[in-house]
This record gives sequence, structure tokens and C-alpha cells, in this order.
Amino acid sequence: MFAMQFNRGQPQRAPHAPHVGRPLLAAAAFVALLAIGASPPASADEKTIEISNFSFVPAQLTVPVGTTVTWVNKDEEPHVVAESDTLFKSHALDTGDKFSFTFTTAGSFKYFCTIHAHMVGTIVVQ
Amino acid sequence: MSKHDERDWEIGTMHRRRLLKCMAWAGTGVVWTMVGGVPRPFNLMDTAAAAAGFSFVQISDSHIGFDKPANPNVKGTLQETIDKIKALAPQPAFMLHTGDITHLSKPAEFDDAEQIIKGAGLDVHFVPGEHDVIDDNGKSYLDRFGKGATGSGWYSFDANGVHFIALINVLNFKPGGLGNLGAEQIAWLEQDVKGLSASTPIVILAHMPLWTIYADWGWGTGDAAEALSHVKRFGSVTVLNGHIHQIVQKVEGNITFQTARSTAYPQPEAGKAKAPGPLAVPADQLKHMLGLRSLTYAEGAHPLAIADTQLAG
Repeated sequence: MFAMQFNRGQPQRAPHAPHVGRPLLAAAAFVALLAIGASPPASADEKTIEISNFSFVPAQLTVPVGTTVTWVNKDEEPHVVAESDTLFKSHALDTGDKFSFTFTTAGSFKYFCTIHAHMVGTIVVQ
Repeated sequence: MSKHDERDWEIGTMHRRRLLKCMAWAGTGVVWTMVGGVPRPFNLMDTAAAAAGFSFVQISDSHIGFDKPANPNVKGTLQETIDKIKALAPQPAFMLHTGDITHLSKPAEFDDAEQIIKGAGLDVHFVPGEHDVIDDNGKSYLDRFGKGATGSGWYSFDANGVHFIALINVLNFKPGGLGNLGAEQIAWLEQDVKGLSASTPIVILAHMPLWTIYADWGWGTGDAAEALSHVKRFGSVTVLNGHIHQIVQKVEGNITFQTARSTAYPQPEAGKAKAPGPLAVPADQLKHMLGLRSLTYAEGAHPLAIADTQLAG
């Protein structure tokens, strides 16, 4: 991150930017956004699923390969998130607890709560 | 007063409405029994048959470790339940716990539950709930309560001429499924009752309901029908379940199904809320929705006499 520096009474020239093209412009835009108080955009490879009222919200989710999905339990009951073919399984998630899994291969992954088996969801990884 | 689904009552010629009025008395602690399909009062205190029989108690869903608004003191309400049991006259022969002893299967929760329940001074026969087998497929539950059990924890025992069968239906859930007994357990059950005469009273305990009360909320056991086919020939079968934190009853031929109140917190009635989570009620109502059950077997009387008592009063 580069900062603008000013000496009293004497505005300093902005550092000369060599021809580095878009990445630097993007960085500048990012910094400018921070400076005006906007939040940086959410990382494209992270998604959140809420567990509430004994259901996964959203119950169907499509994500690109490499996405990390985080489940957050908002219920007053504990839940356990497990993939049907044992690809992943969380520990017991009490209220507020989270579990994350990064999907590194494409496919359709069905999961459910091992305590309340009628709770099901699917993640399609493309 | 216990709530039950009217559609599930089949009592022959007894008019349903009159039966419901009679059942209202159950809340006062009067014991009712049914002889030939007709309810009759069965007062524990002054019947010779009662003296000749024996009684036992059922508690369920103590959820030690739970601490949300629906009941911030589940240890306290469990202790009150045990105190009520200690005050019963005559004293029950033993206790049944139909599961969800703990809330998160933690060692400290098992410790606390055991400590409080031990205070009743009775032998206790447990079955686990799904909250007792989280993370370790039931290993810590079995270590504590699995003595003499087979497979994933099922067992049977006899007491005063009654054959008790404890089933596990909270392991190996399939996605989207109900409770599950599994082929091995059902095969064991078939063998277990094979030599018994049809006049042997049978009591089956399992955590999740052994009939489908509400599939959308997982209230049922997928392979229960197959299991129950092996006990259909018996003259008196009483199925005692927990899981739903309220009393729902069904009679099917010689089989009487009963779920039980929790000692911890109530849950909504089937379909009356978005989900079967803990139901917060006004403080003065909580103890009316928690309770224990007393069952009495008197020789020759079929089925067992059942008395549900609320924690309040």
C-alpha cells in the first residue's frame, strides 16, 4: 500500500508510477476505497451457509472449485455437518460455532446433519 | 394434560370425546388402565392387584449441558424430578431413561447426569439419544452405560415376569432419514423374543419414536415396522420413547406407544413451529411441560397402568 505524503506548505509530487498497468491501478482503486471507508469486496472463494431452524440456508449452493464453505450454526440446538460419502464431517457445532471445508474437486456433494438426519443440503462444485 | 393425536386413538366402541374427558384426569396423577379396550380407574393406593404387582419409572431427555433460554437450569429440573421419584410411595423397582441424557455428549455432562440420577438410589436402565452419541459414534456412552449390551448397545432384561427390550435407533442415520435400528439389531430382537410365551408382557424402550409421528421433523424410525413385527404376537406390548419432549400416544392392537415429557425443556407440537427446537415458555408454565412417568404392572392386568406427572406441584 502506498501513501501520499505532504510536507507542510509544500505539496509533494505523487511517486512516479512506472508502466505497470492494471494491477497497480487496481491496487490504487482498492486503497482509495479503503480511504473512503468502503469495505473490501468479499473474497470470491468463500461462501457461508447458515444453519437455522433446522435447515441449511441456502440448501442448494453452486460454487467454483477451490471455494471454502463455512457453516455457521444459528440454532439453539447443536448440529453436525457431514458429507454423505464421508468426505468431511464437523465436530458438534453448538450455537455460534463454525465449520469450514475447502472444495478442491468438482462434483455434487450431498451432506446432512448427523444428529437430525432430515436436514440435508447439496453443494455443486464446478 | 397430555396431548395426543385424536386420529391415532382406536378404542373400539368407547366414544372418543368421553375418553378424552377421562384422560384429563391423568394430569392429577390418577392411574388409568385399560381392560378389554375400556379405560378404568386403577388407584395405586387401594387395589390389592397393585400391591401384588410392581412399578417402575421413566424419565427422558435430561439434556445436561443445555443452557439456553428455554431452561437455563436443566440440572435443577432433573434434580427436582429425582426428588419427586424419591417421594413416590410405593418406591419404584427401577428407573428407565429413554435418552438424550446429555446435550453434547461431553464427559462433564455425563458425569453431572450420572451424579444427579444416582441420587434416586435406583437401578437405572438407559438408552442413548442422538445427543449422547455425537462425535464418537456412541463410544463414551457405551463406556459408561453399555455393560452387558450387544452390538451398538442394545440389550434386554427381565423383571417380575416382564421382558424389557432396550433398542438403539440413533446411530447410522441416513441423510434425510428417520431413526434407524439396522438389520443386525432387528435380527437380534427376533431371536431375543423367540422363546417367550405370548402372554409375557413386553416393554420396549428406544429414544426416537418407533412410529412415524411427523416425518418432516424426523420424528420416527425407518425400520420400526419390521422390528415390531417380531412382537405383534404378544398380548401386551408397551413402547416407551422420548426425543420429542412431549407426550404423544398411539394404540395399535396390543401395542401401546408412548413418548414422554423431557425433564429439561419442551418442544413445539408437530408442525406448529418452523423447527423442533427448544420451546421457550413463560416461567410459570415450564414445569407443567416437564415431568416423569410411573408405570405399574399388575399380574393379569393388560396393558401396564401408566401415570404421567408434571414437574409442577
